[in-house]
Amino acid sequence: MKSKLGASPYLVWMVAFVAVPLAIVVYFAFTTKDGAFTLENIMGLGAYTTVFARGILQAMLATAICLVVAFPIGFFLSRMAPAHQKMMQMLIMLPMWMNFLLRTYAWMTLLERNGLINRFLGLFGIGPLQMINTGGAVVLGMVYNYLPFMILPLYTIMVKIDPSVIEAAQDLGCNVFHVLGKVLVPLAMPGITTGITMVFVPSISTFIISRMLGGGANLLPGDLIELQFLGNSYNYNLGSAMALVLMVIVLLCMSFTTADTEEMEAMV
Amino acid sequence: MKRGRLLKRVYMVAVFGFLYIPIAVLIAFSFNESKSRAVWGGFSLKWYVNLFHNEMILQSLAVSLFVAFLSASIATVLGTLAAIGINNMGRRARGAVMTLSYVPVVNPEIVTGVSTMLLFVVFNGQMSKFLTALLGTEVRLSFGIVTLLITHITFCLPYVLFNVSPKLRQMDVHLYEAALDLGCSPRQAFFKVVLPEIMPAVLSAFLISLTYSIDDFIISYFNSGTVQTLPIAIYSMTKKRVSPEINALSAIMFAVILAIILAANAFDAARERRLARALRRTQWEAGQG
Repeated sequence: MKSKLGASPYLVWMVAFVAVPLAIVVYFAFTTKDGAFTLENIMGLGAYTTVFARGILQAMLATAICLVVAFPIGFFLSRMAPAHQKMMQMLIMLPMWMNFLLRTYAWMTLLERNGLINRFLGLFGIGPLQMINTGGAVVLGMVYNYLPFMILPLYTIMVKIDPSVIEAAQDLGCNVFHVLGKVLVPLAMPGITTGITMVFVPSISTFIISRMLGGGANLLPGDLIELQFLGNSYNYNLGSAMALVLMVIVLLCMSFTTADTEEMEAMV
Repeated sequence: MKRGRLLKRVYMVAVFGFLYIPIAVLIAFSFNESKSRAVWGGFSLKWYVNLFHNEMILQSLAVSLFVAFLSASIATVLGTLAAIGINNMGRRARGAVMTLSYVPVVNPEIVTGVSTMLLFVVFNGQMSKFLTALLGTEVRLSFGIVTLLITHITFCLPYVLFNVSPKLRQMDVHLYEAALDLGCSPRQAFFKVVLPEIMPAVLSAFLISLTYSIDDFIISYFNSGTVQTLPIAIYSMTKKRVSPEINALSAIMFAVILAIILAANAFDAARERRLARALRRTQWEAGQG
């Protein structure tokens, strides 16, 4: 029990299959096919600026929408009777348990040209609207898939907010917006940052949502990487450079939100 | 105040509707006679029949379950041992190990998938030639079940660690020492005292690993070669224009998940009731004495 030896298989494993693979990505990103050092892969990424910009923009938009939609839900949930809270929590988690391919497929069938939504609109003489294969559909897919990741951390942190704190603010003359801005949001900040990371990271790196709902015209950084490794482009070195840049973007995002490690531990 | 209440209710219903309507539509159309995803052609179970005759789906389900059980078991054992070892480390060493453990958790899945894929590619290049020359037999790691297992164990391990570590820290350190003082060997003390104490966390770590493994698509996609797990099979089905069997599969998965959650909840409730009853009885007995 006093021994540290138990950790050694784990450490060997993690170094071999986490640290070494990442080092190989860095190596590939800075070498040519023959193994000579080069900066060409990184420089060559300039050609894909629009894709990366689109990815960041769409992921940010999806994260913002999730935050705005989830904040009231998290609050309402945290003020319910404990028995109801438990049930509501389950209702939010239930869709998350479905495989995300199935969830995204569901939207494919709803949004397509002669899908259910267009047929419904047709009853009122509207449309058919072009909904699938647009940027909007991709953002919708992100919001739908990752909304629970925003609601749950918000709820977890808001449960801990004492109702008397809010009442005190009201008694001292705060209106709804002041309560929100000066009390609720600052107190919920750890939940907000955790939620932002948990929505932004999978959104920026997805390639399935864009492929299923965005059609060919709405490539995201994830699609580019996939093309280099398993698709037609087939260039491990360029793909590694892209993966490296994606990792840097994610790290930057995390350093802005500085998710507390204790908080993360509580989430997983 | 009353209007606020109504507004709140409307908002909640709207958000939950957003979460559930797509799934409800998916399930409803699994009973559709016609192949269309938007027109109702009458009730039928034929997509369920087709599903159970779909070799690809059944095979991929078997692969998924096999990989999930094996990788979750290995990850649980390795991760639990690691949690105990790390618990005995100094502050700084523990911090370093924890940082390494967070890497696969925060890294985008696509980067994790691509990085292990490159590792296996590199291994099969130079390393394999070297080892083959050294050992005299061909050493290769072709993409398939083995690479799937390695990657799944890798992404499950940190979750096991994060689940078991807090439980260990909560445990009274003197329990182990007391067991030793009372004549246990370290081995006995571990199996008779420590392990039962942390068992709930170990079990939940195993279950979490199981679900992550069954659910994973992105990392498997890059590391499976031609072997298909269930999510990979689903992906190949979504690429076909219309395949109502997916709807049937979704309905079955939803039903299974719902059943598991309800059962877990009923189990929890029963345990709480038992606990409450035991508590009342001890109180009553204390009152008698």
